[in-house]
Formats: sequence, structure tokens, C-alpha cells
Amino acid sequence: MDKNSQHPTPMLDELENGPWPSFISGIKNLRDQHSSERVNGVANDLLGQLEHSYETRKGYWKGGVVSVYGYGGGIIPRFSEVGQQFPESKEFHTLRVQPPAGHHYTTAALRQLADSWEKWGSGLVTFHGQTGNIMFIGASTENTQNFFDEINEYGWDLGGAGPCVRTSQSCVGAARCEQSCANEHKIHRTLVNNFTDDVHRPALPYKFKFKISGCPNDCMNSIERADMAVIGTWRDEIQVDQAEWKAYVDQKGRQHVIDNIITRCPTNCMSLRNDDSIEIDDRNCVKCMHCLNVVPAAFSPGEDRGVSVLIGGKRTLKIGDLMGTVVIPFMKLENDEDYEKIVDLAERIIDFWADNGLEHERCGEMIERIGLINFLEGIEVDVDPNMIANPRESSYVRMDNWDEEAIKWFARKREEKQSAAA
Amino acid sequence: MAKKKMRQPVESGCPDGFQYMHPVMVSNFGQWQKHDHPRPGVLRHFAHSGDQIWTVRAGTQRILDVFTLRKLCDIGDKYADGHVRFTIRSNIEYMVSDEEKVAPLIDALESAGFIVGGTANSVAMISHTQGWLHCDIPGTDASGVVKAMMDELIDEFRNCNMPNRVHITTSCCQVNCGGQGDIAINVQHTKPPKINHDLVSNVCERPSVVARCPVAAIRPAQVNGKPTLEVDEKKCICCGACYPPCPPMQINDPEHTKLAIWVGGNHSNARGKPTFQKLVASGVPNNPPRWPEATAIVKRILKVYKEDARDWERLNDWVERIGWPRFFELCDLPFTKFHIDNWRGARKSLNSSTHIRF
Repeated sequence: MDKNSQHPTPMLDELENGPWPSFISGIKNLRDQHSSERVNGVANDLLGQLEHSYETRKGYWKGGVVSVYGYGGGIIPRFSEVGQQFPESKEFHTLRVQPPAGHHYTTAALRQLADSWEKWGSGLVTFHGQTGNIMFIGASTENTQNFFDEINEYGWDLGGAGPCVRTSQSCVGAARCEQSCANEHKIHRTLVNNFTDDVHRPALPYKFKFKISGCPNDCMNSIERADMAVIGTWRDEIQVDQAEWKAYVDQKGRQHVIDNIITRCPTNCMSLRNDDSIEIDDRNCVKCMHCLNVVPAAFSPGEDRGVSVLIGGKRTLKIGDLMGTVVIPFMKLENDEDYEKIVDLAERIIDFWADNGLEHERCGEMIERIGLINFLEGIEVDVDPNMIANPRESSYVRMDNWDEEAIKWFARKREEKQSAAA
Repeated sequence: MAKKKMRQPVESGCPDGFQYMHPVMVSNFGQWQKHDHPRPGVLRHFAHSGDQIWTVRAGTQRILDVFTLRKLCDIGDKYADGHVRFTIRSNIEYMVSDEEKVAPLIDALESAGFIVGGTANSVAMISHTQGWLHCDIPGTDASGVVKAMMDELIDEFRNCNMPNRVHITTSCCQVNCGGQGDIAINVQHTKPPKINHDLVSNVCERPSVVARCPVAAIRPAQVNGKPTLEVDEKKCICCGACYPPCPPMQINDPEHTKLAIWVGGNHSNARGKPTFQKLVASGVPNNPPRWPEATAIVKRILKVYKEDARDWERLNDWVERIGWPRFFELCDLPFTKFHIDNWRGARKSLNSSTHIRF
């Protein structure tokens, strides 16, 4: 590109200094070295508009309505408010593309996406956005369709944007992590691909996100960020390799082990025996992961594995931050029937929320408004003391049918005992 | 003219990751035994079968141009096995089944300008949002803040000298798409929106804008005979919730849009339950292109945490042990009336005991 038509970028140039890789240098390479004049022009005007933002401390993108044929979402439309000054990037939409579960790629797959993207788009891409999408940043309205048609042919589909089921995210999990208590990969694809129609055609009160973590370390931040968090856990004893543990004590010393492991257990369920072996009161273990994280060679999750499901996590707007609440303390996910159960649960939750949520109200906000009990009754889930941090502190409640509810509880417990014995 | 025939989409949804996964990970799926951490940026996982897989993690600029993406692919083909994955914090990971490949792979990444690290108790890559580059409501840039900050924190990314891992996040508005972090640098608006009354009735669906306000400060009004909206500025908490559905209610301001710093967000269930981040500093200038004031505060907090926290204490664990008064004292940050929460449920955040450290 002719040097004279390049926008000066004195402020952005400052971001080419320093040792961390610079995204500005990357955009400049698209401007100066790419073989397509279209890509050069888009990069130049994008840099021009970004410099203008840096100078004036304001953003200049506006939303709008852009979609691909047959879908109602998946594109983040961006039209420039200063498009006259920067015409070649005046339409600069993002395509949200669903990643493979676990965010695995081959270099061949990435190259194929790069080839399509430089043909139709700006050449800028992020792996991944905060919801987990591949973000192809910057295509004109027309090329949005062209790019989607091309990559959809070889197996990629759009994610969610707007009031719909959104793209999901799952951790590396069973593919590479010894803490994994579930098949995150399968849960992720089973859940989100059951709702493909709700991903592509926004018709819900607001966004709905699934996130799947294989263990309570919750590397996918699901409790704080997902409407439905599915987290791997176990309910029998932690598996202990006493030889590995003793070797660790021998290497680190008793004081280190007491200070860093024994006394850090939040429910005080660990004891260091005189012979340096370890004793665990598993009934009081809350699966906090600390000992497993510190000495992965000595401790492993138990063998009776499954998932906990928490509902209603979200960030600030509108009523403030909410974490998810336990709705299913434990369920097995082994056979097809188990997977049908979790899909059915997700369907009941989304249906109930679609019927009862207000416009722009996340599932967790609805629960806050109507109370957990109304929500549980709506989705046909029984109450469980694992759902609470503590019982009610306020006496301001009507309890006319206490006896009935108490009878229900004992009947349920009897049933559970009988079916466990059977 | 004949109408262009449109292609029907194939609603394939989320792709199967197994087709891209490293073969050692496929054959040992669900059969991993343990891992260790031979050096910063490198993980070694052992499978029950006796197989091992080595992972090398590297930080990038996150906003990747196709040249950089292909450079990462070239390294993957030449020095690794052609399989990569990305972490939730947008680092790239190369998996190799042979220890011999690890050192040349690290050299190749570093000589191409990528930063190997981000594992275990390091300062991880800052997770961030879109900012001025692409968002429609940003008060600041995201990639720029992160680039400037990572330039200063790079040694903490490359090494594992922190008491536990440190996750830093940034967000360019109070929606906080960056999420929870041990340290979060987020936009905080300090003045009510400036309304362009000529545009409101054409651009905004007024009842839904009224409904968006968390404090019911917006009401319908008439200005110069036109239907519009007005804001009760005494009630307004300057959150910016009205701006996305109604762009003529401009919340961003070159002077009055500030940055605030929050600490102690932790998504993990490790040791304690997950926690939300808490406000510690505000009024920090939104100062492009390098935001030095925000970085200085982050570095100060990190320094104190590194010196004072015990092994394995995340930032929230550490503050819980030493107490908030000492946190403000050690970090030399002012404690103001704005630190005391008054949103719903706020009394639970007050000290109703005589547990006081002197």
C-alpha cells in the first residue's frame, strides 16, 4: 500500500514497543504485507479508526441487524459511525463460530480457516472470545454470508448471539487431565447440539450458557459465568497412593505437609499419621480439590463419578452478580439414559425460563425474583439440603402444609433407601 | 432479475474435538494418572498405560492476524505433532509425545516472539474483551490495556514465583464480560449518560430502556415536542445499562470514564467456595496508549501478595487470612465510603462481630 494513504498511528505505535507480542504489529502486517489490496485497505482503515478512538477515548462502532440466510443470530454486526473517514472498514462484523469441544485443533484445520478468512474477511481472528467462540473479527455484510457458506461446507457452524442458547465451553478434561470426573466433551456436545435451533434463532428472554468443567477446580468458570454449570465430581473415597504420599512427605518434610495440605483442608478431614501415611474422613470431604492439586501423584478422585449441576450464574447486569445454585447435587453420566436425563433437565429449565422469564432477564435473575422453590417446582426437581448454605433465617413465611411436606421428605428417603437396596 | 439462490446452512453445531485431538490424548482419553511441571510453561501428563504427553504453553497477542496464525501452525508442524489447543485464557498449547521435542519447540516459539509460560503459580495471560477495536459500547480498549500490562508482567508469566496462580481480567464496561479475576481492571463510569434527545425516539425502544435501569432512574419525557427519555441524575448510578439498547444515551466520556480495580475473584472451588471480586481502587485514569497508572497499581498489589501470602493462597485466600484493613494498609490504597457496599444484600458484607485485628 502507498505510504501516503496510510493513516498515521502515533498512539498505536506505542503498543509496538515492549516484549509481549503486539496485535498492532499484526494488523500493520495485514496492511503492508498481505497480497490482497482489500485486506490492506481494511487493515489501514481499522488502524485509522482505532487511532481515532485512542485520541478521543471513545468507541465508534454501532450494532445493527446482519445475519446469514436461514439463521437469526451468530453475527455481531458492526457499522462504523466514522465510516466516511474510514470507508474500507465501515462494515466490520464479527462471526462467532463454535469451537470443537475442548478447543482442540490441528494445524491443517487452522490453516483451512485462515485461507477462507483472508479470502472474505479482515484476516483477524481470536481463539477464543469470552463465551468460547472463535471470533472472526471484521467482514462486510456481503462477505459474512460468503465466509459462512464456505466454512459451513467443511464442518463449522455459527454460535449464538442475542437472546438465545449460546456457544458452550468445556475444559481439556478427560483428554489430558487426571482430575477429570466426567466426559466433558460428550456433555458439551450433547447439551448444546440438542439446542441447535435455539442457538441459531434467538427467541428466549435473554442469553443462556452451558459450561462444562471436569472437576471442582472449575477451569471453565462455570459457577460464575454459566446459566447451567455442569461440573464433574465423585461421591466415594478419594483414591490415595500411600507410597507416593509418603515419598512426598519424605521429600518436603512434615512441617511443609502440615502447613500446606493437612491444615488447608476446609473441613479438617485429613490427618497425618505417625508413620507419615494419611487418613481422610471422606464423609466430610467437600471435594475442594486442594490436596489433589498439590499432590496429584498421591490423590485422585474417587471411582463413583458423576456431575453436579448448578443453575443461574451470571455477571453484573441487571441485578448484580449471581453465582449458580446447586440444583442437582449429583447425577451419574454413564449410559444413554443418563445423558437423556441431563438433556431433559436442560429442556425443562429452558422451557420454564422461556415461559416465565421477563425480557432481558437471565435465568438466575428469574430465580432471584420468584424464589428457588417456585423454580424447582416448575422444573420438577425435589428440594435437597445440598442446595443451601444454611436454612432460612427469617420466620416471615407461611407454613400451612408443613406436615405434608415432612411426610413427602420421609417417603422420598424411604424410596431412595429401597431402590439403593434393590 | 432472478432472485439469487441462497445456500441452506448445515446446522452442524459444535464440532467433535476428537478429529483434531493429539492421538496420545485420544488413546488415553479418561485414563490419565498424574502430571508434573518440569519447568514454567511445560506440563507432563502420565497415563495409566505408561504413555506420556508433554504440553508447551505460550502467550500470544490473542488478536491474531493470519500471518501470526500461520506462524503458530508452522511451528506446530515443524517442532510439534501438528495438534494444538487453546486455553480459556487464549494461550496456545502444543502437545508432543516425545520429550526430545520440547526444548526445540520452546526455542522455536521464543525466537518467533511468543512467550512460553502461563502455567501453575504464574501470572496467567490476562483475559480480556473487545474494547475499541470491535465493541459497540466500550469505555476503553482491551487489547491495548492487556498488551501494555503484559509487557510489564512478562517475567511473572514466564516464571512461577507467585504463591498460587494469578488470573487477571479486564473489561471495557460495567457489563464485565472479562469476568471474575484475582485482579480485575474494569471500566467505571462516573457521570450519568449524556442524552441526544433528537435521536432517542427514532433509535430506542423506550419502554425496554426504562426497564433496563437497575435503579428505575429513567422515565419517558418530551423535549422540544419530541418523545424522549430523561434520567433522574440523583438516582443514576452511572452503570451504563441504558447505553446498549439506546446509543443516544452516551455513557462513555473521555474524562469521566475511569478504571476501577477489583481483587479476590476466584472461580475455583479449591479450598474455599468460589468468590466474587471486591472493589479496591477506583478513579484510575483511562489513559491510552499504555495506561501506566492502572499497571502501577496492579504491580503494587502483586508485589505485596507475592511477599505476604503463603504458598497456595490465592489472592482471596490471602486477604481472608490477613483481613481487609491490612490489605489496604500493605497495598497503600485509600479506603473510602465507596468501598462499603450498599447494593441489595450488602449487609452480609459488613462486619457484625468483634473479630478485629489490631
